[in-house]
Amino acid sequence: MQNDHQIILNNISFAYKQRNVLENVDLVIKKGEFASIVGPNGGGKTTLLKLILGLIKPDRGVIRVFGKSPDKVRQQMGYMPQYAHLDMDFPATVMDVVLMGRLAKSNLWFSKKDKVEVLTAIDEVGMTAFVNTEFNELSGGQKQRILIARALCSSPDILLLDEPTANVDHETEENLFSILQKLNAKMTILLVSHDLGFVSKYVKSVICVNRQVVIHPTTLINGAMIKDIYHGDLKMVRHDHRCSEEGHTHD
Amino acid sequence: MIDMVYAIFDPDNLFLKYAFIMGALASISFGIIGTFVTIKKIGYLAGAISHCVFGGIGLALFLQVNAGLTWFDPMLGAVLAAIVAAVTVGLVSLHAKEREDTIIGTLWAVGMASGILLIDRTPGYFNLSSYLFGDILLISSKDLLYVACLDALVLSVSILFFNRFFGVCFDNEFTSLRGINTSFFYLLLLILTALTVVLMVRIVGIVLVIALLTIPSAIASFYAKRLWQMMLYSCLFCTLFTWTGLCLSYSWSLSSGPTIIVLSGAVYLVLLIIHKFLRS
Repeated sequence: MQNDHQIILNNISFAYKQRNVLENVDLVIKKGEFASIVGPNGGGKTTLLKLILGLIKPDRGVIRVFGKSPDKVRQQMGYMPQYAHLDMDFPATVMDVVLMGRLAKSNLWFSKKDKVEVLTAIDEVGMTAFVNTEFNELSGGQKQRILIARALCSSPDILLLDEPTANVDHETEENLFSILQKLNAKMTILLVSHDLGFVSKYVKSVICVNRQVVIHPTTLINGAMIKDIYHGDLKMVRHDHRCSEEGHTHD
Repeated sequence: MIDMVYAIFDPDNLFLKYAFIMGALASISFGIIGTFVTIKKIGYLAGAISHCVFGGIGLALFLQVNAGLTWFDPMLGAVLAAIVAAVTVGLVSLHAKEREDTIIGTLWAVGMASGILLIDRTPGYFNLSSYLFGDILLISSKDLLYVACLDALVLSVSILFFNRFFGVCFDNEFTSLRGINTSFFYLLLLILTALTVVLMVRIVGIVLVIALLTIPSAIASFYAKRLWQMMLYSCLFCTLFTWTGLCLSYSWSLSSGPTIIVLSGAVYLVLLIIHKFLRS
């Protein structure tokens, strides 16, 4: 194992209700990576994320994060789930929600230091003005930012995000990605995106998941046509060529 | 109103005084646990637990009379049944993903039915409706002591583990990623729920107890911005409903449990309509 290989999946298979979600998956994520996981619904995107987090165990194969079993190194990973599964009537302020990121086995109550870390994380996503606002009064994009802050306040080395741009408009999406791009200087970032074939311009690689997993570096395309459709500079993933030093072919 | 005050302090109406004290004491546990039950959406599990309690009461009566175990009083049976039911129901909801509601529903009905069968096999007459719908005449000073102890337990556990319970209720998955044993705290929450349900059976009974567990919290959620506020408001609403309900039931000679429930249900409905109307 090389030192900069933070996440290694070796021949992973995972089935749900007798249906193979992932089959013989090999994947290496290096330190400093900023990758988007794309693929069709039910293709195994979230499953891949949950396997890396150790929330579910593979039926076959070995997963190593920082060279260890995922559940041993959870504290070094930050996770942002989809906010849609959270209760929208839950009485909690932004502060309360982000403090969850400071939950730890070792202490029952939050310390002053915890609160300082939380305020720093909230500042990092530009939400300082909302510290005492009710979480449920926020817009979708603001909620995503708060959940990113919650993932950040434990100072993780790897940040995993499940559909951070679901249900947000294009401007909010750009905003979220510029925050993530800044964070990428400090940590490896993996995110699930629901858009197949369209990946924002910030990402370094694209991981295509549809039972099999293939990782591509992104290649810039300056097509005016695509610009028209998506109103922004984009990178396209090309599935038809051998790419880069890690190259592979689809066949 | 004045008559009511006199009635409460009338030495002949000791039961009424006990009922009022019981109502206030029980509201503390009810407000706290009810809030957890409401936000975690486990009212259905609490319902199953409360009906299983009847099985425990039946077993206790059966053993007292048929096996001569006089120390095995219905309260002890109820507490044991509640804890066993809480752990069973909790494990089912943690592990049986697809069939969860079927299994819980079965436990709910079987717990209740086995209680009735056990009582059928026990000689003597038992007033079943007092267990089902509550009977304030049955409240003794020992019950008040039990409820005070429960309050102390619920308060101390909730304060000690507040942040963990918050995490388990708001986002269980994320909390487990922070290294917290979420299954343990979930089961602990269900056990506290079970104990709370048992002690409130005296006032409102097994069938109605779930309503009093969830309605005050549901109303509190209209006004609370934070979890602890919701708990505080729930306690206050719960006290308000039990006291007002007791007054009404005493003045109009109605059953106390159903009066309390109908009152709180009506208030909830009105507030719900107002809030939906105001928001839209």
